[in-house]
Amino acid sequence: MDQKVLKRLVESISKSVNSFKKSEIECLIRIFHNVVGRGDVKLANVGLDRNTFRVILHSIFGMTDDVLMNRVFFAFDKDNDNYINVKEWVKGLSVFLRGTFEEKLKFCFEVYYFNGDGYISRERIYDMLKNSLHQQSPGEETDEGIRELVDIALKKMDYDNDGRISFADFEKAVKEDRLLLEVFGPCLPDAKSCLDFEALAFQHILTSSF
Amino acid sequence: MGVALTRSAQWTAAGHGAKTLEVTPLNEAIVKEIIMFVESFIYKYPQEANYVFVEPLEWKTNLDPSAFGSGYAVSGTTVKSEEADKNGEPLLYLSVPQIKIRSFGQLSRMLYIAKNMKLKEAQACIEANRNPVAKILGLDYNIISEKIGNSFVSNILDKITKDDDSESEIKMKIALQLKQLDLHLLNHSLKHISLEIRLNPGTVKNDIELLKQFSGKGKQTVLESIEYTSDYEFSNGCRAPPWRQIKGEICYVLVKPHDAETLCVTCSKEGVFLNGGKTDDEGQINYERKGEIYKDLVTLLKEKSAIFSENMSKQEIKFSEQPQKDQPNEAPKEEVAITHKASVTSRKSTQEKNRINLGRSQLTKRLEPSLNWRTSVSSKDRNTLRDTQVEKHGGKLEKSRSSVSPGRAQLIRKSVEKIEEIISDSSSESEEDEEQPDHRQEANADLPSEYWQIQKLVKYLKGGNQTATVIALCSMKDFNLAQETCQLAIRDVGGLEVLINLLETDEVKCKIGSLKILKEISHNPQIRRNIVDLGGLPVMVNILDSPHKSLKCLAAETIANVAKFRRARRVVRRHGGITKLVALLDCGKHSGEPAQSSLYETRDVEVARCGALALWSCSKSYANKEAIRKAGGIPLLARLLKTSHENMLIPVVGTLQECASEENYRAAIKAERIIENLVKNLNSENEQLQEHCAMAIYQCAEDEETRDLVRLHGGLKPLASLLNNTDNKERLAAVTGAIWKCSISKENVTKFREYKAIETLVGLLTDQPEEVLVNVVGALGECCQEHENRVIIRRCGGIQPLVNLLVGINQALLVNVTKAVGACAVEPESMMIIDRLDGVRLLWSLLKNPHPDVKASAAWALCPCIQNAKDAGEMVRSFVGGLELVVNLLKSDNKEVLASVCAVITNIAKDQENLAVITDHGVVPLLSKLANTNNDKLRRHLAETISRCCMWGRNRVAFGEHKAVAPLVRYLKSNDTNVHRATAQALYQLSEDADNCVTMHENGAVKLLLDMVGSPDEELQEAAAGCISNIRRLALAIEKARYS
Repeated sequence: MDQKVLKRLVESISKSVNSFKKSEIECLIRIFHNVVGRGDVKLANVGLDRNTFRVILHSIFGMTDDVLMNRVFFAFDKDNDNYINVKEWVKGLSVFLRGTFEEKLKFCFEVYYFNGDGYISRERIYDMLKNSLHQQSPGEETDEGIRELVDIALKKMDYDNDGRISFADFEKAVKEDRLLLEVFGPCLPDAKSCLDFEALAFQHILTSSF
Repeated sequence: MGVALTRSAQWTAAGHGAKTLEVTPLNEAIVKEIIMFVESFIYKYPQEANYVFVEPLEWKTNLDPSAFGSGYAVSGTTVKSEEADKNGEPLLYLSVPQIKIRSFGQLSRMLYIAKNMKLKEAQACIEANRNPVAKILGLDYNIISEKIGNSFVSNILDKITKDDDSESEIKMKIALQLKQLDLHLLNHSLKHISLEIRLNPGTVKNDIELLKQFSGKGKQTVLESIEYTSDYEFSNGCRAPPWRQIKGEICYVLVKPHDAETLCVTCSKEGVFLNGGKTDDEGQINYERKGEIYKDLVTLLKEKSAIFSENMSKQEIKFSEQPQKDQPNEAPKEEVAITHKASVTSRKSTQEKNRINLGRSQLTKRLEPSLNWRTSVSSKDRNTLRDTQVEKHGGKLEKSRSSVSPGRAQLIRKSVEKIEEIISDSSSESEEDEEQPDHRQEANADLPSEYWQIQKLVKYLKGGNQTATVIALCSMKDFNLAQETCQLAIRDVGGLEVLINLLETDEVKCKIGSLKILKEISHNPQIRRNIVDLGGLPVMVNILDSPHKSLKCLAAETIANVAKFRRARRVVRRHGGITKLVALLDCGKHSGEPAQSSLYETRDVEVARCGALALWSCSKSYANKEAIRKAGGIPLLARLLKTSHENMLIPVVGTLQECASEENYRAAIKAERIIENLVKNLNSENEQLQEHCAMAIYQCAEDEETRDLVRLHGGLKPLASLLNNTDNKERLAAVTGAIWKCSISKENVTKFREYKAIETLVGLLTDQPEEVLVNVVGALGECCQEHENRVIIRRCGGIQPLVNLLVGINQALLVNVTKAVGACAVEPESMMIIDRLDGVRLLWSLLKNPHPDVKASAAWALCPCIQNAKDAGEMVRSFVGGLELVVNLLKSDNKEVLASVCAVITNIAKDQENLAVITDHGVVPLLSKLANTNNDKLRRHLAETISRCCMWGRNRVAFGEHKAVAPLVRYLKSNDTNVHRATAQALYQLSEDADNCVTMHENGAVKLLLDMVGSPDEELQEAAAGCISNIRRLALAIEKARYS
């Protein structure tokens, strides 16, 4: 890639993302291009498609839930063009790796609400929790169990009792108990895979700085 | 029948859906009775046998259609009886596997056909038809039959005579028959219950202990091995986990007979049976019953192992204990029967209650009715049994300790435990919560709604993935976990196991959530025990290594809560917890880096704080104190002490204060310059912190250098000013304690006088709890060593309250009070006040106190009193029996008591008349007997007394006769000049008698005395010279006699 173009790109991204150093942003961009290049050469200037991204989420960040990985993709893909471009990539990773509590809070909420009306609805919760009980006996009983679980979750988080969770609800509940950040399923990488990824991605910088 | 079935039959708690009858001897007997009734019905009441039931009895049968012969139409899988009702419906209809029967006649026949399947069929029938009476006679007759039970027979008869409808007459007869059966069954089951073997922890334990003695390798033994699956024994004697104890289970044993595989046996109240054995992983036991119930372990083993039964009979003779054990066994058994009869009424009432409960709420269905009353009754039995036992057998049982009486055995065991506890207790375990009986929520009581909600959440913890688990954990945290109902509910629905299991997963969030809950509920002493029993501590100890700081914190905090009792502390230590906790203290090492955000730093501090908190709990055991020291905890604690975070300082100082009871620590505390920081924190605003600092100083100030350090760092002033705040008694006790120990140094006393602390202390002599009084009086006792302070105390009116305290019973307090009063008595003016308040008599009566320290201290205090009292001789004589008491104290074997009593006698003997009296009481032989001692203090006072007592009659000669002279000569070889002086004086007095001079000379006294003459001590010089001159004079006289 052209060194000049890269520099300019780094400059422009670093204006909006301040949790990474410029050299780190450069590394991330390199990785992006590597992945995209290997994926589909023709779409190189468009970005990561959903499948490629899911492979990354799975293999690097250890995520397993298909539904949630799709949602994470959409949360990364701010302009909704079904591709993650390089800016979205760096921005998303900044939340993943270095995100403050507020950023992560927002990110998780975005992952969990679906239809864009700014609320997590009861049905949506049901969908997300569908697989959360180990199948003991097939059929109704599990179904009933999940319904009750949804009730429990709503009782816990729906402060204004409107049967859905608004961002204010979510923020309040999570602030009260951090454990509720990923309440409807894991959508952030755990600390270990973050460290591993950083070590891998920034190894060039680390060695060169000495 | 209905009543008997609902009340007596033991239904399993199968949870949802149909219940089944438990296979117990009682149920079997009931079913057999019913079979007999039905079978004979057709012969006894042929007419009634044709009566058609209102509703058919319907159940799933195992009978094969082909078994039905004549009288039945068999076609493939269906069978119809040829007998039919008015409408042509067959009275028996079988369509595999459902069977419907509508008359007693058909029932009888069915049972006949069933042959050896009778029992199963009858049981299936009863299980499927929970209210047979209603089905047979219709609902209204069910009610009538209840009335019969209430013996309104006349009513019924009326009804029959009025109603000449033949069918209702038959119905009535059947109703009466059923009623009779019902009564019969009830009686029968009662008989059965009273005969039923009820094992209790005591019997089981005895059996197992006995078998253990005869187990081992070799052919002679009965078993290869027998051992419990759990080492821990609950205070009620059971070893089964609490939630199994509800089911009546006592313990589980692994038995390895010579000729069979290892058997895993459950001992329960109902008897002994094989269970599902240990599942391989985790050592969990499969509690399901796998075999028949035997009446005891020996019977079971006899059945399972041929060698056991063979060797058992061989060893019968050797079992010397067995007959002994069996005999007392007889008596309680009889009494069991008696008490059972006696408690029938009470049992009935509980049954009644159960039934009502059952009817009222569908939810209680899960609770097994029969078990409920069983547990309540058995505890009742135990009580009544114990009472009667104690009454009837009295002392007899004391001897036969192997007696099986449960109450008794438990008592003995408890007291033994107590003693052990006392012995192994370290000094400072005041907060120790007693091993209290595990009281569960009364199963009969209405369960609060939280119970069911928590049960539901626990279900999600068990069956959910990480997401569901986290939601359930967060929701559980919303309950009021400080409330006992919720704490116990979590345990009772099996939540503790799940929470602890979660700690072993890799999911950080689950661990955090679980620990947050455990941290809260572990405030409950019962839960603590349960957590330890479930093996929660080792897991938490492992978590201390986690890289997650919040996880470490939570684990340490939970350990801090759980380790409030000794067993838990031991577990923490054994699993290396102390080292890990000490490692947590090592925070802030890297805090030098400026780039680190302050957030990280506070996290580090928090980790250290939690570590200190856990160490504080753990430090209440001696071995843990050592472990903390060895793990290098003291320097770390010293470093943390330099911080200014109050909530950090409290656990740190708390730990130090706890540990300061050990000499090693006190030395280290001095070496690490901890005193300085303790003093600094005395000035803190936090009362708890002040208290612990004062307490730590109190512990450490036994050491002189430490006392000086406290003064040098300016600690005396804050201590003195803290005296003015008397609301917080704990703190006051700690502060006064610190003042007491500090005032052992004269310089400190001077400072305290400057700060007007002595006046304040006098003010604290009234209306304070004993812990405070002990310290206040101790401090005053130290202060009284100086004239100036004695004056202050007298002027502030301190003598009266001090004398008033002489009537107390607290031993530590009495020791201090007597010392203080004695110190005051040195002042003649004060002595007058003491005398006026009758203080001397009070001191004198303390000579009768059972505790030697009090005796000695009282005796020492009496010395200045007798010295300074006006007309002391008369005063002493006025105490009736007082002199005899003092002389008899010379028979004590406590050196301090002896020395102090000698000192008292020295003072008493100054009065000639009193000397005469004590001589009559035989003081000379008693003193002579004490002469052979190496204790310098005793030597000195003994010698003084002897020299004083020589002044009367022929006592000098008597001492010689009782061989007191030779040992006295040896005292001169001691290193103590006080002993030398007293001895020389005594020898001088004794040398007035010629025989004594000879003895002294023989024992080489002259040379020793010649050395003493060169002493700078004038009294000693004089006495030694006098003695030598007496000896010399005698020698001259002898020489003169020889030559003339």
